[in-house]
Amino acid sequence: MHISPVLWQFLIKWLTNSALFPREASTIAPYTDALYFFLLLITCVGLVLVGALVFGFSIRYRKDRSPVATQVEGSTLLEATWTIIPLALFLVCFVWGALLYFRIYNPPTNAMNIYVVGKQWMWKAEHPGGQHEINNLHVPMGVPIQLTMISQDVFHSFSIPDFRVKREVIPGRYTTVWFEATTPGTYHIFCTQYCGTKHSGMIGEVTVLTPDDYKKWTESSTSGMSLAQNGERLFASMGCNACHSGDAAARGPSLAGVYGSKLRLTNGSEVLVNEAYLRDAILNPSQHITAGYAPIMPTYQGQISEEGLISLVEYLKSLKTNYRVQQTLTTSESNQAAPMTPGVVKP
Amino acid sequence: MSTTSSTIVNLPDQRTATIPKKNYINAEDGLLSWLLTGDHKRIAMLYLISITFFFFIGGAFAGLIRLELLTPQPDLVASDTYNKLFSMHGIIMVFLFLVPSVPATLGNFLIPIMIGAKDLAFPKINLLSWYLYLVGGVMTLAALVMGGVDTGWTFTTPLSTHYVNTHVVTAGLAIFVAGFSSIFTGLNFIVTIHRMRAPGMTWFRMPLFVWSNYAASIMMVLGTPVLAITLVLVVLERTIHIGVFDPSLGGDPLLFQHLFWFYSHPAVYIMILPGMGVMSEIIPAFSRKRVFGYTAVAFSSVAIAVFGFFVWEHHMFIMGVSNYSALVFSLLTMLVAVPSAIKVFNWSFTLQKGSITFETPMLYAFAFIGLFTIGGLTGVFLAALGMDIHLTETYFIVAHFHYVMVGGMLMAFLGGLHFWWPKMTGRMYPESISKLSAVTSFIGFNLTFMPQFILGYLGMPRRYHAYPAEFQVLNVLSTAGATVLGIGFLMPMIYMAWSLKYGAIAGNNPWQATGLEWQIQSPPLTENFIETPIVDFEAYDFEWLAQKTEQEVTTVG
Amino acid sequence: MDNTIVATHEIDAEEHHHAALPQHRHHFETEQQQREAGTFGMWLFLLTEIMFFGGMFFAYLLYRNWYNPAFVVGSNQLSIPLGTANTAILITSGFFMALGVWAAEVRKRGLLVIFLLLTNFFGLIFLGIKGVEYTEKFEKHHVPGASFDISEFVNPPLNPKTHKPTEEPLSPDMAQKTQVFFSLYFAMTGMHALHMIIGIVLLTWLTVRAYRGDFSSGYVAPIENFGLYWHFVDIVWIFLFPLLYLINRHPGT
Repeated sequence: MHISPVLWQFLIKWLTNSALFPREASTIAPYTDALYFFLLLITCVGLVLVGALVFGFSIRYRKDRSPVATQVEGSTLLEATWTIIPLALFLVCFVWGALLYFRIYNPPTNAMNIYVVGKQWMWKAEHPGGQHEINNLHVPMGVPIQLTMISQDVFHSFSIPDFRVKREVIPGRYTTVWFEATTPGTYHIFCTQYCGTKHSGMIGEVTVLTPDDYKKWTESSTSGMSLAQNGERLFASMGCNACHSGDAAARGPSLAGVYGSKLRLTNGSEVLVNEAYLRDAILNPSQHITAGYAPIMPTYQGQISEEGLISLVEYLKSLKTNYRVQQTLTTSESNQAAPMTPGVVKP
Repeated sequence: MSTTSSTIVNLPDQRTATIPKKNYINAEDGLLSWLLTGDHKRIAMLYLISITFFFFIGGAFAGLIRLELLTPQPDLVASDTYNKLFSMHGIIMVFLFLVPSVPATLGNFLIPIMIGAKDLAFPKINLLSWYLYLVGGVMTLAALVMGGVDTGWTFTTPLSTHYVNTHVVTAGLAIFVAGFSSIFTGLNFIVTIHRMRAPGMTWFRMPLFVWSNYAASIMMVLGTPVLAITLVLVVLERTIHIGVFDPSLGGDPLLFQHLFWFYSHPAVYIMILPGMGVMSEIIPAFSRKRVFGYTAVAFSSVAIAVFGFFVWEHHMFIMGVSNYSALVFSLLTMLVAVPSAIKVFNWSFTLQKGSITFETPMLYAFAFIGLFTIGGLTGVFLAALGMDIHLTETYFIVAHFHYVMVGGMLMAFLGGLHFWWPKMTGRMYPESISKLSAVTSFIGFNLTFMPQFILGYLGMPRRYHAYPAEFQVLNVLSTAGATVLGIGFLMPMIYMAWSLKYGAIAGNNPWQATGLEWQIQSPPLTENFIETPIVDFEAYDFEWLAQKTEQEVTTVG
Repeated sequence: MDNTIVATHEIDAEEHHHAALPQHRHHFETEQQQREAGTFGMWLFLLTEIMFFGGMFFAYLLYRNWYNPAFVVGSNQLSIPLGTANTAILITSGFFMALGVWAAEVRKRGLLVIFLLLTNFFGLIFLGIKGVEYTEKFEKHHVPGASFDISEFVNPPLNPKTHKPTEEPLSPDMAQKTQVFFSLYFAMTGMHALHMIIGIVLLTWLTVRAYRGDFSSGYVAPIENFGLYWHFVDIVWIFLFPLLYLINRHPGT
């Protein structure tokens, strides 16, 4: 049952201007709103029906007009009716809701990835190009954006009501959500999972820019080092390149091109290497040993922050050859250490 | 009171009527006789006093919350204080008020009488239940007085285990103890209903109030222990740092969510089923006819109890659970909504061809039907996966559960209290002011919580101390409603207390209702029945009642 | 409106006269109803206990699946001889409890007291051995918390005879997971021990009453129902022992 886009726009505009309805600012928002109106419709119909029955019967059969009650045992037909019809309606809601859910939580393959780290009480956004934002997220319109999120401490939840997306941000594992913004503007970001004292202060803004403006923004706000570059630095400084040098006789497997591949592990299982796998392998290596290698990789649990892990993951995603790995191996073996800002604590 | 006016109330002649000389209230004197009683009716009254006390504390916190939310800025109390306010409000209202409300007061009082027994199966355990409730309540107050707890009533890990410095252990143990109160009450009810029905009182002759409490008792017995062990694990994690829920030690915080909601979802059905049972008593009484589809309503109660155990993950749809498990739980949640819908229609059709009067209990029943329908259907919004993504963790959820819990359960409790007040105390409450109070509560309630649905869709998150200014108007409306609601809830306290001394003498059966409880004196004797009744009539058998009435001469006293 | 089901005039209480036993509770119609209600109540309570322990069993099975190597090593730290001895002791205790129920039914006061004392005695021995095991864990720094030490799992001690490590060495991150094993070990056996302590206290009281003759004239219900509780505690251990001690057992290398 489709209503004309013109009518829809009119309805949404009218509702939005009444301040009783959020803006539709993403591609998925109209779908969510459509389901919402359907649910509202059956709620109103249900309520009117029950109300009519109750009020109608109360008035028609009030004591003055109906001094004696007629005992009625029941009616299987009526029972069946009001079992089957609500069940059917609820099943429609189930199917519709499920389809919408899968749409929101299955990102398109070409989505641009941005990392979000939540901590008490702020959001940190890490763009692959090296832009770092706090409580802000700049995105281009018309491009599918995937957020890969993790918490540094407790449960948080990243919510952009105007996009109709929300996802829990959990310590210990990545969660993802995607959206495609349609209209330039600024929109609320809320943390919606109670996380302590400043839970209601953990808010921010998504700024949706036209593609040109976005380009200008990325150029002006980069930290100079992309996430992958930072990851390369960490890969060397934390000694990963010692075992994962890419040599045939190296103690660890080569990581060039490993992202996206299917890996066979020592316990015989096959896994798809994605961000979650890479993060886990760094923190819990003993459960992620590639077949043919010994379980000697130390764990980095407690030695690296979530941002550091994100940089390493981005680096590994971009790693196509081991050329620079070998290069940095030599550099780190030489006396010429890369200059470091004094007093900087390794992430 | 004549029977020709549009009221069903039939009181004895007030010039000569008195409270029966011997009844459970004056059977024994002295505080100890109450504190060490085994009489289920006295225990019910003890519970009534206790839960009313905690209700007003929880309500005071709600008032402070709404007061703070009048303005977008966090200006009334500090953030930590606000977080403690909503946490304590939730803990007290859920565990110390709603869970015991109908079962421990009305259920305790009425179930033995309704099935023709002299008491529950285990009177001493019944008393123990009350003391466990008190200990849990006192521990909660202790946690409050020592500074409160600010984890939310959901004790989410790792916040509760590693990130707050408040009295989580005290509060967790308090609820652990209160949980056993609930378990023992449920256990008592199940054994009583199975083993102590009077001769002729078959399962399908029992009032539906008993069926509902039976279903709720099954959930209490099976579900509450899981909450108990979950709280124990949280306390252990906090005190001796075992790593069951801590990701840095290899634990899984999502395990806590599964364990917690495995109880806490059935908990909401534990809370609402007894209220539905009250509905099934009030509506026939004031329509003068049997509940439409008795068997359907009885089986729906059991269906809710069974299905209710299989839907817990719907509280976790956005937490990174597998999409396919989300599908399964969404489907099951849709299924569990159906028995409730069946009940609503059955109650509505009970009105058809009846002879309806509109005393206060009936007004509360109407409020229940309307508000529970709204609350229940908004639950369907949340069961639909894609919709839940936008609505979860917002004020939509707050509005949804307040509609079912307050608009549903609390209205049912008040309706039941008014309905059985004459039986429990021997006195009638004042009808006009009680009607006013019911209407005030209804209006106040809708004004408080309807705007919250809108706020939820707009995206305002729950548990927020401060909020963006554009949400203020709706919040002001909500607070205004809360004020009216507060007045509506305070009024019964006052006039019910007044009625204890000045209310009209009720007599045995002021509502001319069916049911064994209306065949005995008000207030009842300690042993309920002088002789064990032999039951040869169906539940809600108004024809039997009419026949009986013809055969008797009206006497009182 | 008055009804004659319960008339408001006095009814002769002697109408339902029967020899009321001292333990008869007046809200029950018959002795049999009271006894059946009591037993039913105890079974229901045991059902709640199953749900209570069930949460921990579920967590244990989940983590055992996820961190299998760590849990295998953890299991190997538990003493099979002590665990087996405890199992035998608890079963013996349960045996004497069952004999106690029989003694009550045949109204032999002396035997009943002896059997209850023996039940308690073996229960206390069980707790004593558990105490020994806990102390050993404490000394080896295997109690979860700040002092938990994983060095033994990363570098297992060598078998003096074969000079090979007694255990598969674990990598440090997996060795960390042994803490989860021990957390659940202490939580589950601790909760079990708590139930035993409660049982022993109750049993002591019942023994005193049995000595006074309360249970040797046909009133068996408390002994029977306590027996149910005691057997349940026994069965929980029967599940704990294999799950914690026995599965995946590798003989030392």
